[in-house]
Amino acid sequence: MDKIDIVLEINGAVHEATVEPRRTLADVIRDDCGLTGTHIGCEHGVCGACTVLVDGAPVRSCLMFAVQAEHKKIRTVEGLQQGAALHPLQEAFIEHHALQCGFCTPGFLMLAVGLLEQKPHPGDDELLDVLSSNLCRCTGYENILTAVKAAAARMSVGK
Amino acid sequence: MSAGARDSRGTGIGVSVTRLEDRPLVTGRGQFAGDISFTRQLHMRIVRSANAHGLLKNIDVAEAKAVRGVVAVWTASDVADLPPIDFREGPNEKLAPFRQPVLARDRVRYVGEPIAAVFATDPYIAEDAADLVAVEIEELPVIVDAAAPVAEFPGGLTTEATICRQGYGDVDAVFRNAAHIVEIDVAIGRHSGVPLETRGAIGRYDAARDVLELHGAAKVPHRNRESLARMFGRSTAAVHCYEGQVGGGFGIRGEIYPEDILVLLAAMRLGRPVKWLEDRREHMIAANHSRQQRHMIRAAVDAEGRLLGIDDRFFHDQGGYIRTHGTRVAETACGILPGPYRLPNFRVQCHFRLTNKTPAATYRAPGRYETNFVRERLMDAIAKTLGLSRIEVRRRNLLQPADMPHERPLTALGDEVVLDSGDYPGLLNKALTRCAWDKLEREVKARREKGELIGLGLAMYVEKSGLGPTDGVHIHVHDSGDVEVITGGASVGQGFETVIAQVCADKLGVDYRRVRVVHGQTDRIEYGIGAHATRATVMTANATAVAAEKVRAKALDMASQLVQTEPSRLSIIDGHVVRAEAPDAPLMTLGEIASNLRPTSKTRGDREPGLAADGWFNTAHMTYPYGVQIALVTIDRGTGGVNIEKMLIAFDVGRAINPVLVRGQIVGGFAQGLGGALFEEFQYDERGQPLSVTFADYLMPTAHEIPKVDVLITEDAPSATNPLGIKGAGEGGIAGVGAAIASAVDDALGDIATVTALPIKPQWLKAVIDAHAAASA
Amino acid sequence: MKPAPFAYHAPTGLQEALKLLAALAPQDGRILAGGQTLVPTMAFRMARPAHLIDINGIRELDGVSVAGDRLRIGACTRHAYFESDKIPGRLGDLLRKVVRFIAHYPIRQRGTFCGSVANSDPSSEWCCVTAALDGIVVAESERGARRIAAKDFYKAVMTTELRDDEMITAVELPLLVDDTRTGFCEFSRRAGDFGIAMALVTYRLEGSRITDAHVGLGGAEATPRRIAEAEAALSRKEPKSEIFAAAGAAAAAAIDPIDDNNNPTEYRRALVQTLVERALAGAA
Repeated sequence: MDKIDIVLEINGAVHEATVEPRRTLADVIRDDCGLTGTHIGCEHGVCGACTVLVDGAPVRSCLMFAVQAEHKKIRTVEGLQQGAALHPLQEAFIEHHALQCGFCTPGFLMLAVGLLEQKPHPGDDELLDVLSSNLCRCTGYENILTAVKAAAARMSVGK
Repeated sequence: MSAGARDSRGTGIGVSVTRLEDRPLVTGRGQFAGDISFTRQLHMRIVRSANAHGLLKNIDVAEAKAVRGVVAVWTASDVADLPPIDFREGPNEKLAPFRQPVLARDRVRYVGEPIAAVFATDPYIAEDAADLVAVEIEELPVIVDAAAPVAEFPGGLTTEATICRQGYGDVDAVFRNAAHIVEIDVAIGRHSGVPLETRGAIGRYDAARDVLELHGAAKVPHRNRESLARMFGRSTAAVHCYEGQVGGGFGIRGEIYPEDILVLLAAMRLGRPVKWLEDRREHMIAANHSRQQRHMIRAAVDAEGRLLGIDDRFFHDQGGYIRTHGTRVAETACGILPGPYRLPNFRVQCHFRLTNKTPAATYRAPGRYETNFVRERLMDAIAKTLGLSRIEVRRRNLLQPADMPHERPLTALGDEVVLDSGDYPGLLNKALTRCAWDKLEREVKARREKGELIGLGLAMYVEKSGLGPTDGVHIHVHDSGDVEVITGGASVGQGFETVIAQVCADKLGVDYRRVRVVHGQTDRIEYGIGAHATRATVMTANATAVAAEKVRAKALDMASQLVQTEPSRLSIIDGHVVRAEAPDAPLMTLGEIASNLRPTSKTRGDREPGLAADGWFNTAHMTYPYGVQIALVTIDRGTGGVNIEKMLIAFDVGRAINPVLVRGQIVGGFAQGLGGALFEEFQYDERGQPLSVTFADYLMPTAHEIPKVDVLITEDAPSATNPLGIKGAGEGGIAGVGAAIASAVDDALGDIATVTALPIKPQWLKAVIDAHAAASA
Repeated sequence: MKPAPFAYHAPTGLQEALKLLAALAPQDGRILAGGQTLVPTMAFRMARPAHLIDINGIRELDGVSVAGDRLRIGACTRHAYFESDKIPGRLGDLLRKVVRFIAHYPIRQRGTFCGSVANSDPSSEWCCVTAALDGIVVAESERGARRIAAKDFYKAVMTTELRDDEMITAVELPLLVDDTRTGFCEFSRRAGDFGIAMALVTYRLEGSRITDAHVGLGGAEATPRRIAEAEAALSRKEPKSEIFAAAGAAAAAAIDPIDDNNNPTEYRRALVQTLVERALAGAA
């Protein structure tokens, strides 16, 4: 099948790639753009390890084709850090032991960033609802919830 | 602050410091198996059996080979020189016929069994080509029930691979004379670890060094290196395994599977690195399953409810082949079944049966999640039969502190069971107080009278940890003052680096952030047993303590020459040598001492070069932490749904190196345990077709399903088997969950029904509730 | 789990899309909207379309509008849109209630209302909504537009009245008058899973008695539909728990539940009784 030249904007940087239409955004971010922080855990949209932001919305990058992501602003976990300074969510995940193996962590971070940027003060129920979108097999989730709440508080103070 | 805490700037043993592992993980810079690539690498795709049982009549690879980008397609005849995958503990003549071939020969025994391997330049192309491999299978009758009569697989292979027997005393005699005999028939569903990262393996042959490399190794890299060397007929000097970040282990990851062998063989034969990443569907049918057992167990008790003997006969559903663990899960189940109770007579026999399902092996708390459920169901049944409270029947049977150490003529993981220390009644009391059990019982009674289906349950259990026999580390202090701890341990994401760094920091006198922990690299240290059986913290930490003490002594010896004073008058605080009487006046850094110990240093004298030391820790027996879990649940009459209102886990770890990490292990383990209790199950239809191959069908709990867990970590019974007094925490959270939830749901059901199987599903609950209501009406 | 190859088409106008569909449908061409069901199905290679016609770039298919007494939902409207307060009145309240049950937050950012209707999974919440409220499915092809009533649209499990060369360009739902009471109740093993069964109810009061009752079920049968027997049990009755129970029982008795490995028909029947009763009791 013919390949298509595409240009993706990821974390503000331009990436050119020549891909078959069937290549998922997750695969192209990882293999063609070299940003392996976006993880692939199920390839059928349930686990959320591949969650990235597309035009500000957290989406499963395994359920989009890369050709669909042209002219959109993509953000991945690699873009959260500002220089040496970690994003408040990254800091909170470390501080509250919200990760063990860390495989699901980039997906949870992007999910939470997407939520908090759209809605800085989610209620407890809404937060639980959103964070139940992704699977974690290590932590039992409690510390993830705690970390996101702590980061939300810190982010709103910083504003 | 203790002196030790000060020495490490408050980052030593017992402190909940943040993890060293985390920064690369939260910034997306980890190196998981999928993130490792080599130039010119090929991608492997496995063609798997779509049938549960059958004779392989023909495999046509011509069309697949013709696909552009395909480099090779292999079937069993291409790998005929490879032996089946061997047991980790070495050859076992009796079990040898049940081992799995790398690619199926002549027959298949489960859906998902590897039949052919496709090697291509791109994973998409490899999958396209794999679809074109035409496999012709003549179907055979399928066995899906391990308790069905023993049958024969083609080739004259019995489905009862072995019978594991353990026991002591005169069981028949006590059953003849007991006041009561209580008997139950209970089953545990098939589920497993299912880590978020699927398996992955990258094989590379470095012809320049003549070294065969396996990247993406985990759990037991050193043990696997030895197995691989045996299988390939290579020296261990010419095989190396490399562990990167590991996306969850839980027992299943890091064992040698067919795919690991294939990428290595292909790397050598095809002359290019070969990468294989398991997809999720494959994971659900190819990686080890676990747990499925059915126990017919009975207890002989005296008139007061004291155990006189237990007699258990159980069926272990092994699946199509016996993999690297051999019969370990079943053997551990046998050895650990008596739990925290005094048991004068015991007999257990396990019918270790093959079925046409994915092969089974270990999953976090193997043999214990199952038998804790079985034994605690039995204890609840005894309480019910004798009209005793569930607490009282346990109190009457618990081993007492004075009984410790308690030897049982049983084995688990090949180790004699010697319960080293513990105050089981003490922990029960603490747990009951913590959750205000009496008050909860009153609340339950009141709410039940108002019509709610509400119940309180508990489970007690003994865990095992710290499997020996030995572990070694090498510590080297660099001129920069940074400390490298090279271990044969492994990290599966549990916080191993942090914990080992804390122990080293504590014993040496440095900040833990100056300690780098190397693990899972077979070219850095010769021996290692890795991370399994909740052994890593116990074994590697104690070895680290030994090595760190030696380095400290050597550093002080060198320093004493340099500052012309007795070593005993010096100390090390935060990486600096100080005089004991002037701890705030640093004399020199550990890095400076390391410089003085360089091979070329004139000040070194006749000391061995390097500020470095090896440390070994040996142990004859495992160490046994223990726990109590208490659950308060309600059942929705309208849907059969179960809601967990309260959950308490009390667990004695002897000594917690990092309490926040211990808590993390327990809560995380609980979540997995709840999966097995209420949600997760690898289901099969009667033709052996797997029905749980997606994350929409295999139900792992999300944040919504996990209640807030109250964790009580105690340090009442330090281990008697190691100097640090540590017991492992890795499996304590999960081990009792099935038992506790079953007890609570059972209590909520009252006389409606008895819970005899996990997972407990709303469909079953709704059916028994409605049937009972109809019968009462 | 990599999709099989396909050719990709990204029309920017509806007519272009319909033309492509007419040409490519016979060659196994399919519409790609949110992709939250189609793409995983392709990952398992249970779907292998030779052509995908991506309609996400067609502006005229985006957006929700009120036309007379109806809400018109364009083909590219994402589930997440219904979480906002942009949809007025009682219908907006109901859709906000329901949307929370659809998969999870990131899926709702991409998946579309009309895509769910086209896919016609028995446990789709939007299919249940469309059936319960007597929605209209607007299907267009080069041959023209058809307006299909929900009751005629759903044919069997994942089978609809839609022809190969047709795509759904919009779904219309009747706005609900201000005194309508609405309730929705669903049961699934985990939050966000496909519902094993769900019930959607609306009714109004005339004096103290129920009128204009709608009882719709999803998940329970092969297709979503209104249950006349349950509605009859409510009609002209006072909204009381015994009446709600009677409506639940009527619904349970009226259905022909689907059977799957985990959920025998009797379980679904029992759930329907509970869910109808609870949806009614919770209706506000």
